[in-house]
Amino acid sequence: MVDILLDRIQGLGRGTLAAVSRLGRANVFLLEVFAGLSGMLTRPGLLIKQLFSVGVQTLIIIVVAGLFVGMVMALQAYYALVDFGAEDSLSVMVVLSLLRELGPVITALLFAGRAGSALTAEIGLMKATEQLSGMEMMAVNPIERVIAPRFLAGMISMPLLAAIFSAVGVMGGYLVAVELLGLDAGAFWSQAQAKVELFEDLGNGMIKSLVFGFVVSWIAVFEGYDCIPTSEGLGQATTRTVVYGSLAILVLDFVLTALMFGK
Amino acid sequence: MNTRTLELLVGLFVAAGLVALFMLAMTASNLASYGGDDGYVIKAHFDNIGGLKVRSPVAASGVRIGRVTDISYDLEGFEAIVSMSIDPQYNSFPVDSSASILTSGLLGEQYIGLEPGAEEEFLVAGSVIDITQSALVLEQIIGQFLYSKADEE
Repeated sequence: MVDILLDRIQGLGRGTLAAVSRLGRANVFLLEVFAGLSGMLTRPGLLIKQLFSVGVQTLIIIVVAGLFVGMVMALQAYYALVDFGAEDSLSVMVVLSLLRELGPVITALLFAGRAGSALTAEIGLMKATEQLSGMEMMAVNPIERVIAPRFLAGMISMPLLAAIFSAVGVMGGYLVAVELLGLDAGAFWSQAQAKVELFEDLGNGMIKSLVFGFVVSWIAVFEGYDCIPTSEGLGQATTRTVVYGSLAILVLDFVLTALMFGK
Repeated sequence: MNTRTLELLVGLFVAAGLVALFMLAMTASNLASYGGDDGYVIKAHFDNIGGLKVRSPVAASGVRIGRVTDISYDLEGFEAIVSMSIDPQYNSFPVDSSASILTSGLLGEQYIGLEPGAEEEFLVAGSVIDITQSALVLEQIIGQFLYSKADEE
């Protein structure tokens, strides 16, 4: 009886210690990545290659998603506003929600699913096939050579992708509002310009997407680097990237929104 | 894929991101209205500003001619002091112009309406508008209405 109880308590302690040490490894790893960023100055080609696979290849899903999110937003906003004769304010609702919330958040969620999982799988497979150890044997720092370019590419791509998402979303909203629902094009833009603040809304949205880019890239490269080098461990690591990444985005979004707009 | 195509695509991606940002700033936000900050600043005292905010528009005959830049409270006169920046091309408002706080639509946002006077001198930077009309506060109007109804009976 006592033995079982002791086993349980020991299990709890082991789990806690494992979680704490994993958190510590993630932070030490982040510092090493920061130190490795300097290597990019002499080898910009590495970064460009990663910008392609992380940024350019995510572009299509972002554009399509942004277009449809903007169009749906316009339809729903029209439905809610037309009862009050306030359908001219539709653009304010569409643009503000895109810039403040949907742009950064949906882009980051798609980014975690599309680019984050690919980063984890790629790095994890390099670890499983001992390419990373091979680099160390040849006195090449794998963090500087493999991890840092992917991390930086993720951080650069996220704000750009979020901006494209929001811009395409506004276009989609414009298409539905003006072409489909017959609102006035001039009212659409002037209402948005009257209500949307450059720094308050666009600026804070960009800060959000930068933070999300940082967190998702960090989680993705860390999960890959820290995975158990088996096919099963690799699968778990990829899943964890998407799950932890998405949760981190949603929780951080609440915190950032409360800090930025919650006064 | 060769280096040239790769770099070309990355370049296009970065450019598309920057263009999107630029487009959002220009067409969907108030960047365009940031330019007019070289206007001259005049002040007006109000008993009650209602829901007026910094950056609320200042209009004459419904045309936007400037923007509220600062709102503060004067402890000596117990009044609100509203500073507004008027665009430089509208520089010939008579000194006896009056300012009133109006509402666009029944429940819309509040703005300052400037009504030109008849003097020959013009408002310049630092001028104070003497004739002002405070915001209409709906509760007060309803209250007055109810009192007058009660008096009649």
